[in-house]
Amino acid sequence: MSLDPVILALITIVGAATPLLLAALGEAVVEKSGVLNLGVEGMMLVGAVAAFATAVGTGSSTLALLAAALAGAAMALLFGFLTLTLLTSQVASGLALTIFGIGLSALIGSPYVGTPLERLARLKVPGLSDLPVVGPLLFSHDVLVYFGLAMVPVIAWFLNRSRAGLVLRAVGDNHEAAHAIGYPVIRIRYMAVLFGGMMAGLGGAYLSLAYTPMWIEQMTAGRGWIALALVVFAAWRPVGILIGAYLFGGVTILQLHAQGGAMIDIASQYLSMLPYIATIVVLTLMSSGAARRRLQAPACLGRPFHPTA
Amino acid sequence: MIRLVPRSEPSAAWTYLAPVFAVALTVAAGFVLFALMGYDPVETLYHFFVSPLSSRYGVAELVVKATPLVLIGVGLSIGFRAGVWNIGAEGQLTLGAIFGGGLAIWLHDSESILLLPAMVVFGALGGALWAAIPALLKTRFNVNEILTSLMLTYVATLLLSALVHGPWRDPEGFNFPESRLFPDAGTMPILLDGTRLHLGALLAVVAVGVAWFILSKTLLGFQVKVVGAAPRAARFAGFSQARMVWFSMLLGGGLAGIAGLSEVAGPIGQLVPEISPGYGFTAIIVAFLGRLHPLGVLFAGLLMALSYLGGENAQIAVGLPTAVTGVFQGLLLFFVLAADLLVRYRIAFGSSPEAKAA
Repeated sequence: MSLDPVILALITIVGAATPLLLAALGEAVVEKSGVLNLGVEGMMLVGAVAAFATAVGTGSSTLALLAAALAGAAMALLFGFLTLTLLTSQVASGLALTIFGIGLSALIGSPYVGTPLERLARLKVPGLSDLPVVGPLLFSHDVLVYFGLAMVPVIAWFLNRSRAGLVLRAVGDNHEAAHAIGYPVIRIRYMAVLFGGMMAGLGGAYLSLAYTPMWIEQMTAGRGWIALALVVFAAWRPVGILIGAYLFGGVTILQLHAQGGAMIDIASQYLSMLPYIATIVVLTLMSSGAARRRLQAPACLGRPFHPTA
Repeated sequence: MIRLVPRSEPSAAWTYLAPVFAVALTVAAGFVLFALMGYDPVETLYHFFVSPLSSRYGVAELVVKATPLVLIGVGLSIGFRAGVWNIGAEGQLTLGAIFGGGLAIWLHDSESILLLPAMVVFGALGGALWAAIPALLKTRFNVNEILTSLMLTYVATLLLSALVHGPWRDPEGFNFPESRLFPDAGTMPILLDGTRLHLGALLAVVAVGVAWFILSKTLLGFQVKVVGAAPRAARFAGFSQARMVWFSMLLGGGLAGIAGLSEVAGPIGQLVPEISPGYGFTAIIVAFLGRLHPLGVLFAGLLMALSYLGGENAQIAVGLPTAVTGVFQGLLLFFVLAADLLVRYRIAFGSSPEAKAA
């Protein structure tokens, strides 16, 4: 079956957007609880290598996804123990998590460099997947793509409409008051951090199982940091993260096509800079002036909580 | 039950003991890690931490690897004290190498003794320029410097790659992505015959001295400490936060730039696509391990250099994957941060007195 190049490009945008979407959605929940985890890149990498090793070892993509989520959560637990129990600096501990994740994933992954792997299966919906245009565009993706998209309304509902989400936001906005009312601040933050770790792990798994089904050292190439930027860009709103992730996916694919199609006579490295420069530009546009946006930021973001009584 | 009780003031003894404690924990973790991976832990630890230093050449190599770490770590530690999170030192290092190295390529038949000093100045300018971008965005538009400085690292690496694959490729280099070799006048002099120990090491020591002087003897250094420790008090005293951001970013960037230049004009001798095994990131660990103090950074830089050297040595001796170095460095930073707890808190056993009273 031959596909229209435009449709093909749109499909690849979905692929580039999905890891960002998954990781950023998780981080948004973490930050809403008042915790800044800068270790997204490290958690994604460990998730990616755990998924890849499990897929190669067992041949089961279900187990691979499970392993990625658990590995991400284990990394997050380490971060939680440091920042929530031992009250270390969240910024420094997040950096440490990334440095550790880069090293650990390289160590675990070293036997797997160059190992081929079959791509994560695309789900076929009988009838719908064979439709022209709509079929390949909407009904021929893998489970992680749909999972990421489904999590957008779920997390939006959780944060804005559910009681648990209200408590989580209260903890993030004023941990002293939340503690005084009797909410278990530390336990809630642990749960948020673990959820963020699972989502980052799955985001990493998408890279090693689907986007480029192989293991390469540091294959996230800064996507964990772009996900962090997306959360700010989206003002902590899931729908904003969805839009942002697909915009960045678009920029990534655009530069890849420009390189491949040789549309412009320019060294490929300059085009590869685009997603990073776009992140800086977007952050600048979003950070300046917009007071409304700052109101969205959890007031206790990054502040450690030590109950005095 | 174990509880954390805040100390009324930081413990003086633990201030010095905490980093030592962290290193001891890392070595213990290494013992377990090596055993789990099926290596003889005692032998592997020996090859990692002891045997690299058993020769004159080994000790010189330690200093060679510590040089960029100390240069960058000193700059970062001042920024971290002021609460400025420049984590893009790797990119600033790269720009320093591009600026300083670019000068050497442009003046490749120069024999002037001024070439090397000019390259150092250019290197510092390149690093400072790259750090000025996040500083400007932070002070002007309130953009988080963590994300911008890190994104610029990727841009810097790609820029270096574009240059050595393109316009700066050695015309006689058989199409390898390498620049021409720097001229002798643009190469760091060797300080110790038969080793690679070069002038950059002296620059690092000077940087430590200057940073120590700034921090302990000048008003600027005092402001750095106040802004970091008590931002509100600093505002009331009229210390400008923006000025601190500019000062620490430019200083950190400049020193990282010099580190990059001293790598390409020292052990490497030309521009290549990869000029650093992540020194800019490892220097973050160095800054914390050195407790953000210039002298501490000097010792911490030597120790982290040993982790690179030991990793290479253990790979040759027992076939340990070099990725272990990264795991070690990450673990060390965890332990350093966790051990810092002992400086600020006291660990108490049993339930709290308030709970007993109730």
